Amino acid sequence: MAAYHVKTTINGDPVEFVCEAEEALLDVLRDRLGLTGAKEGCGTGDCGACSIMLDDRLVCSCLVLGPEAQGRRIETIEGMAPHGDLHPLQRKFLEHAALQCGICTPGFLVAARALLEKNPDPSETEIRYWLAGNLCRCTGYDKIVRAVMDAAAELREDRHAA
Amino acid sequence: MPLDQTARTPFTKVGTRPLRPDGVDKVTGRARFGADMNAPGMLIGKILRSPHAHARIRSIDASAAEALPGVKAVVTRDDFADRNDEFRDVLVNVMARDKALYDGHAVAAIAATSAVVARKALALIKVDYEVLPHVTDVEKAMRSDAPLIQESLITAGLDPAATKPSNVAARHQFGHGDVEAGFAAANVVIERSFRTEATHQGYIEPHACLASVSSDGHGELWVCTQGHFMVRDTCATLLGMDISKLRVTASEIGGGFGGKTTVFIEPVALALSRKAGRPVKLVMSRSEVFRASGPTSSTSIRVKMGVSKDGRFTAGEAELKYQGGAFKGSPVDLGAMTSFACYDVENVKVVGYDVLTNRPKQAAYRAPGAPMAAFAVEGVVNELAQRLNMDPLELRLKNAVKEGTRSAFGPTFGPIGLIETLKAAKAHPHYSVPLGPNQGRGVACGFWFNFGGQTCVSLNVNIDGTVALAVGTPDIGGSRASMCLMAAEELGIEYDRVRTVVADTSSLGYNDVTDGSRVTFASGMATIKAARETVKKLCQRAAAIWGIPEDAVVWEEGHARPAGPNAGAFPPLSLREIAAMAPKTGGPIAGHCEFNAENAGPSFAAHIVDVDVDHETGRTTILRYTIAQDAGKAVHPSYVEGQFQGGAAQGVGWALNEEYIYGADGRLQNPGFLDYRIPVASDLPMIDTVIVEVPNPGHPYGVRGVGETSIVPPLAAIANAVSAATGIRFTELPMSPPKVLRAIEERRMKLAAE
Repeated sequence: MAAYHVKTTINGDPVEFVCEAEEALLDVLRDRLGLTGAKEGCGTGDCGACSIMLDDRLVCSCLVLGPEAQGRRIETIEGMAPHGDLHPLQRKFLEHAALQCGICTPGFLVAARALLEKNPDPSETEIRYWLAGNLCRCTGYDKIVRAVMDAAAELREDRHAA
Repeated sequence: MPLDQTARTPFTKVGTRPLRPDGVDKVTGRARFGADMNAPGMLIGKILRSPHAHARIRSIDASAAEALPGVKAVVTRDDFADRNDEFRDVLVNVMARDKALYDGHAVAAIAATSAVVARKALALIKVDYEVLPHVTDVEKAMRSDAPLIQESLITAGLDPAATKPSNVAARHQFGHGDVEAGFAAANVVIERSFRTEATHQGYIEPHACLASVSSDGHGELWVCTQGHFMVRDTCATLLGMDISKLRVTASEIGGGFGGKTTVFIEPVALALSRKAGRPVKLVMSRSEVFRASGPTSSTSIRVKMGVSKDGRFTAGEAELKYQGGAFKGSPVDLGAMTSFACYDVENVKVVGYDVLTNRPKQAAYRAPGAPMAAFAVEGVVNELAQRLNMDPLELRLKNAVKEGTRSAFGPTFGPIGLIETLKAAKAHPHYSVPLGPNQGRGVACGFWFNFGGQTCVSLNVNIDGTVALAVGTPDIGGSRASMCLMAAEELGIEYDRVRTVVADTSSLGYNDVTDGSRVTFASGMATIKAARETVKKLCQRAAAIWGIPEDAVVWEEGHARPAGPNAGAFPPLSLREIAAMAPKTGGPIAGHCEFNAENAGPSFAAHIVDVDVDHETGRTTILRYTIAQDAGKAVHPSYVEGQFQGGAAQGVGWALNEEYIYGADGRLQNPGFLDYRIPVASDLPMIDTVIVEVPNPGHPYGVRGVGETSIVPPLAAIANAVSAATGIRFTELPMSPPKVLRAIEERRMKLAAE
């Protein structure tokens, strides 16, 4: 088994790791780099709990191989609140009680941020379809969708004010 | 009335919506769930599972696996001592003995230095199987020629007693009156048969644990579970350890819904760790979760009901058959008890059969047994309303149970809120919105007992006047926020001055599992009692400081005060001030409560749902959904609403898409989220909620459990809506698009032929 030496960027920091060819990036993040915010709910790209950004693209990290991270830019949930300052989405998730158990929450937040960066004023339907790749079994999605709409409104106001 | 039973109103904290104390950790990825923990020297565990639905295990040869470099331990049935007590079934389910009883049954396990090595080693284990005939259908399993799953199982509850083994573990019967006379007195009688498929709780976090047993026999276990005390006691028993030697810590838990109320991988991880002498992490894959954890029963149900022309139910009869997998214990008894629980019916007879099949051992799923029974009964109730040309909520109101009604399962109800709940649903604007073509509206109601149980908490006042509350019930949906609210309410201090933790098994007395919607009720009541004991001690300290008698001190708004002018003129002492003086006034100040919580008030719900059925594809779209449910008292209304909404969403999945599909070979065909389709955000609308509050006299604040009732009505409500939209009565779940389309086309052909 030849191991790969990979150089990448995670949440703005240069990172190097060694992994095996068949190792999923999710396993590298969790088991080799201690970034356990991304979760494995299925390992087959169906639940979205392992969502990360790879060069500004929303992906399931369980479907990316570790060596594919070479030279790329990775953003994970751990980078969403620099110095502890919560992103408006994180704050709105708390205010709206948009989580119960919280296992799907990192994936939803990463996915929702990707949506709002593309589309600052999504309709409820657009939010629901964008987040259809993230499974939540606790909430029935009502409060999640409301939190995303509320965060989007706040971000638009901030942008307007700036 | 003793202090700890007094009711309390008005509230200043309870009923508000503060941020949950574990929230920041959960939105930043810091919270540690089952699979998020590691230990120095840790090995990775993997389990070999039977590919056969039913097979005798002639031999297991693990020598090649053991010889593979990096493999540190292999365990099989030989590593667990046989049992003939109440732990026998859990042992056999954890690791197959003479037979593999279902596709996915654990046969052997390996601990190795990496997942890659462990996977390779699994492939080297040689298991010699003699494949046996199998059965996965509940009706077929009851036939006399069905393959016997447990060869010595004799049906319990038969009169005369059964003599020959079968796959029927037990017969249960509930009811009163004379159903034949009741049907004779009816103006309309309807009888229907229903079937529901097995569904899975579908928690997003697979089972995960980290076990570490040292050579002196002490063990530590980190695990995602609904009940770490249950895990401790069960694992210690199966491994032959003293209970005190095993300390279990509950991780954050990524959903359970009943599915994490038992053990699957935990004893295996401990056995591997003991054998290897190193920590072992064992995490299920999603397909293992589907194949080898505890889905709910599939069922076959017949319901017959009679009603007089003025809309009074005269009789109700039901026969329920629930398969619970390869072991006894399906929730058919609960299904039978809840069948007619919403109604005041003079003549009731319900019979339930607990049936074994070659499927995984079922585990609790949110109001276990009740949704399927409600699907059947509430479907017939709707048909009766149609026949009488009566509003379906009105018919339910006419027959609704209330305080003093003798329930269909025996006891007489205390104060309950079904009538208030049905009225709230009827008054909701949703109920009068006009519908378009191919759309239908359905309603249904539901009941759940709720549970109290063994509970132990400890509340400690810190030197700075903050409070540390330790509970023993894992927080599955925000219960720590509710505990903080209740402690703050009693002590008269700010919400964020209380910190609640879920303590490990060595830090508190026994706590029952987080189940039966019991935590906010039982741990909440224990918290209130512990806080009241603390208040008493705070008053004692103030009395000592002032040099006046204890009973001359009262506690108001977070302060000790002299009870009146005769007690003396002393400025009030705050909790913070008394806490600061504690080292000089007698040492630490704490309150405790250990008790068996009783009188959990039942909760009722009424659901309204509008659907649109696409007649070209058979796809059902949920247009609008409204829930009214009695919470007794909503401690944190946002999380009460969340429980209502989450139960409804799971019900939508159960009604429309979710099902265990077994092939002719007895193997599960859809063990993944792609083929076992749970609702996603684009499948659902916003879900309206109405919190009804009819106080439960069994709790000082009136709290009732709220978590489970919400999944009881949706199966029926949606079936009633789809039936209304299509004009076809649907009696089988799930109402997946192919099934609905087939029914629509069959009717088209029938109409064309006429």
